[in-house]
Amino acid sequence: MNKRKLAIYWAATCGGCDIAILDTQTKVVEIADAFELVLWPIAADFKYKDVERLAQGSIDVCLFNGAVRSDEQEELAHMLRDRSNVLVAFGSCACFGGIPGLGNVSDKAGIFAKVYSDTLSTVNNNGIRPKTKVKVSEGELTLPGFHDTVRSLDQVVETDYYVPGCPPPVSLINKVADALITGELPPAGSVIASDKTVCDECPRERDENKKVKEFKGLSEVTPDPKKCLLDQGIICCGPATRAGCEATCPSVNMPCRGCFGPPAGILDQGAKLLSAISSIIDSKEEQEIERIVEQIRDPLGTFYRFGLPKSLFRRTMST
Amino acid sequence: MSSDKFEPRIIAFLCNWCSYAGADLAGISRVQYPPNVRVIRVMCSGRIDPTFVLKALNDGADGVLIGGCHPGDCHYLEGNYKAMRRYKLLTKLLDQIGVERERVRLAWISAGEGERFAQVVTEMTETVRELGPFERKQDVRQK
Repeated sequence: MNKRKLAIYWAATCGGCDIAILDTQTKVVEIADAFELVLWPIAADFKYKDVERLAQGSIDVCLFNGAVRSDEQEELAHMLRDRSNVLVAFGSCACFGGIPGLGNVSDKAGIFAKVYSDTLSTVNNNGIRPKTKVKVSEGELTLPGFHDTVRSLDQVVETDYYVPGCPPPVSLINKVADALITGELPPAGSVIASDKTVCDECPRERDENKKVKEFKGLSEVTPDPKKCLLDQGIICCGPATRAGCEATCPSVNMPCRGCFGPPAGILDQGAKLLSAISSIIDSKEEQEIERIVEQIRDPLGTFYRFGLPKSLFRRTMST
Repeated sequence: MSSDKFEPRIIAFLCNWCSYAGADLAGISRVQYPPNVRVIRVMCSGRIDPTFVLKALNDGADGVLIGGCHPGDCHYLEGNYKAMRRYKLLTKLLDQIGVERERVRLAWISAGEGERFAQVVTEMTETVRELGPFERKQDVRQK
């Protein structure tokens, strides 16, 4: 029997999405039963050439995890798009840029300066930087080029489905796997998660009339396990984050970090979070408001932790 | 209007009850002010989502003015305080994104302050003119 073909690829990512697929345990076996793997760098030894040889549209499904920030990743995104009938942005990095997307507060020159010169443990007196080509006696060596700006998968190629999460939870992967195995797919462009917010799924008791005089970090306070974290002055991204994780983090006393991205219909997750968090400040005095706002040390890193490349500005204006 | 002079585009979100009425009064009283401002009326300054401000800048505005009732005078009691809180955190975010703070201004303008509306618009137009066009550098470094 001719099995359908499946490719799983990683671009700018940590590898956690691949591990999450393995975490589904028996579902991996079901996937392996239904599909023939043609690419999965973390688990199998296929070469890019093997993929290149495949005809257009010959891969049934590609799960693409990771953002795009190098020539190699961009090339593979195009190569896989051309050959795949269904291309899934798998995980927050592919969907919105994810943690690597925070690289958009700098650019290539800035990141190279930091990594290859400025860090305390780096000794690089000659200011050597990676090059895309170098000639050695044996011939020419090449490296993929590094981009100024991190992009989500759909900013590079057309993307059919989105599976958010850092990494996507096992329950969601099972749902995706079932849909792929049975072929009963939702409408193209769907985000495979809930349309509501994390707060809707969160079991904590909340005060609808929120008032916060002081924002605190987790290192400064032990949260009450039953009360809404925001009510306790702990910044939680639940109000403007898509549900689908069953409020995993708030359920174990950790604030939501926003990895599922914006809920349906929200243009800019960070701006919505900023709106929600700042409006609960309990003060009408300008100076006191300023003092409380100062306690939110890094609004960009907090509100755009997973989504800077997909935000309205996509990146910072100056570095 | 000479063609080589930079004319800033300023989007003004004005609340229905105070600032929009203030702008109206400026018009009725024939107070002169620069034509650089495009007014969008909202019911309350508390309705102004930070997304509106970022979207305006992203879509071609060089500056954004938010007008609300004076503290204590909000038609809906507390909407303008919400606007103030959001504005304070938004300016901090703008610093991080690399947008000059002066491009986004929050001003309290009452229905009786037509002169003040004209003055705020004049000041803001000059401030933004000096800053120059808002360059969306992400276009240059999109990759």
